[in-house]
Amino acid sequence: MAITIRIPTALRKLSGGLDRVPAEAGTVREVIAALGLSHPALAAQLLDEAGNLRSFINLYANEDSIKELNGLDTVLKSGDDLSIVPAIAGG
Amino acid sequence: MSEQVSASVLDLVGNTPMVRLRGVTAGLPERVEVYAKLEYFNPGGSVKDRAARQMILEALADGRLSRDKVLIDSTSGNTGVAYAMFCAALGIEAHLVMPSNVSQPRKELIAAYGAKIIFSDPLEGSDGAIELAHQVLADDRTGRYFYPDQYSNPANPRAHELTTGPEIVRDTQGRVTHFVAGLGTTGTVMGTGRALRRLAPAARIVGVQPDAAFHGLEGLKHLESSIVPAIYEASGHDQTVWMGTEAGWAMRERLGREEGLVVGHSSGASVEAALRVAQGLTEGVIVCICCDHGDRYFDPRKLQRSSAAVAHV
Repeated sequence: MAITIRIPTALRKLSGGLDRVPAEAGTVREVIAALGLSHPALAAQLLDEAGNLRSFINLYANEDSIKELNGLDTVLKSGDDLSIVPAIAGG
Repeated sequence: MSEQVSASVLDLVGNTPMVRLRGVTAGLPERVEVYAKLEYFNPGGSVKDRAARQMILEALADGRLSRDKVLIDSTSGNTGVAYAMFCAALGIEAHLVMPSNVSQPRKELIAAYGAKIIFSDPLEGSDGAIELAHQVLADDRTGRYFYPDQYSNPANPRAHELTTGPEIVRDTQGRVTHFVAGLGTTGTVMGTGRALRRLAPAARIVGVQPDAAFHGLEGLKHLESSIVPAIYEASGHDQTVWMGTEAGWAMRERLGREEGLVVGHSSGASVEAALRVAQGLTEGVIVCICCDHGDRYFDPRKLQRSSAAVAHV
C-alpha cells in the first residue's frame, strides 16, 4: 500500500526538508517500521527505547486519530495519509 | 463595596494563591520549601490572563484598540481564551489564529465567549499560526485589526513585572530564592525575573525548555528550533532546565495523585524542574508556576485542515 507520511515542521530537519515521505505499508506499525529504515533519526524521535510509540506522539490516519481506531494496528489503504502532529508550543 | 465585588472580569486577574508541595517533595530537607503558584485561579483559567489583560489595557489607553477594531493574534490556546474573555467583557470582536489540533475544550471555551477562530495547519505548530496571522494582516485592506502580537509586545512581560513578581515577593515575605517557569512566549520568565531582580535580588531565575524540537510539553517552546519571541532575552534568566516530555508528564500525573493538583503538561515540567533545582539545597524557597488546569488537554479525535477563512467552531 502506498502511504504518504506527513512530516511536521519540527521534524523536517530529519526528513531532509521533506514535508511528505512515502512508505509501503499496510498498518501504522508498518509505516513506522518503514520510516525507521528510510529515516532512522526521524523514526527515533517517535519511539522510546523499547521501540514503542512515545505516549505524546499523535498520529492521524487521514483525519482520524489512531487512538480512536486500532492504534498501531490500524489498517491503511493505498493513498492514505498518516500525519505526525506536534504538541502546540507556547503562547 | 466589598473587596470581593469587582467592576469587571478584568479586575479578577492575578493575586493567585500559592500552595506548598508536600507529597512530591518527599525526601527534601524541611527547610527547602517548594511552592506552586496556581495560575488556574485566574478568571480565564490560565497565566495568560495576565499578559492578555495588560496588552489590551495598554492598547485601549493609547488608542491602538477601540470598540470599532477587531483584535487578532496567534495563540496556542490559553492566550486565545484570555483575549476572547476580555474582548467579550469589553464589547470588542476577537479573531484568534491557532493550530487546528488545539484541544476541543479550548475551542469550545473560545466559542462560548463569542470569538472567532482561524485554524492554521496542525503540522506547522504554533509558528504556522504566527505566519497565518501575518498573512491575514498582510491581506487586510480594511485596517480594522489590532494585532497585540504577544511574542513581541513588551506589555506581555510587563504584566508579570507588575503583578506576578511582586505577588511572589509579598507572599514569600521576600524569602524567594528561586523562580521556575516554562519558556513559551517567555513573558512570564522575562517579566517576573525583572521584578525579582529588583525586589529579591538574590533569587535565581530558572527557565524550562523542552529538550527536543519535537515534544509533548504543550505550551513550552524549544527556542532553538522555533521563531524566537522578540521579548526573549537570554540574560533574562540565570539558568535553563531542559525537560524531557516523559519526565514532565510523569510529574503532572504525580501532582494529581499526591498533591490534589490536576494541571497541564507545562505545569508538570515546571514542578519537575523546580524539584531538580531543589536537589542539593539545604534550604531555599522555590516558587514555580502552574500555568493552567489539566482539564483543557484532550487531543482532538479528528484532524481539521487549516482554514483560510474565518470560521466558527
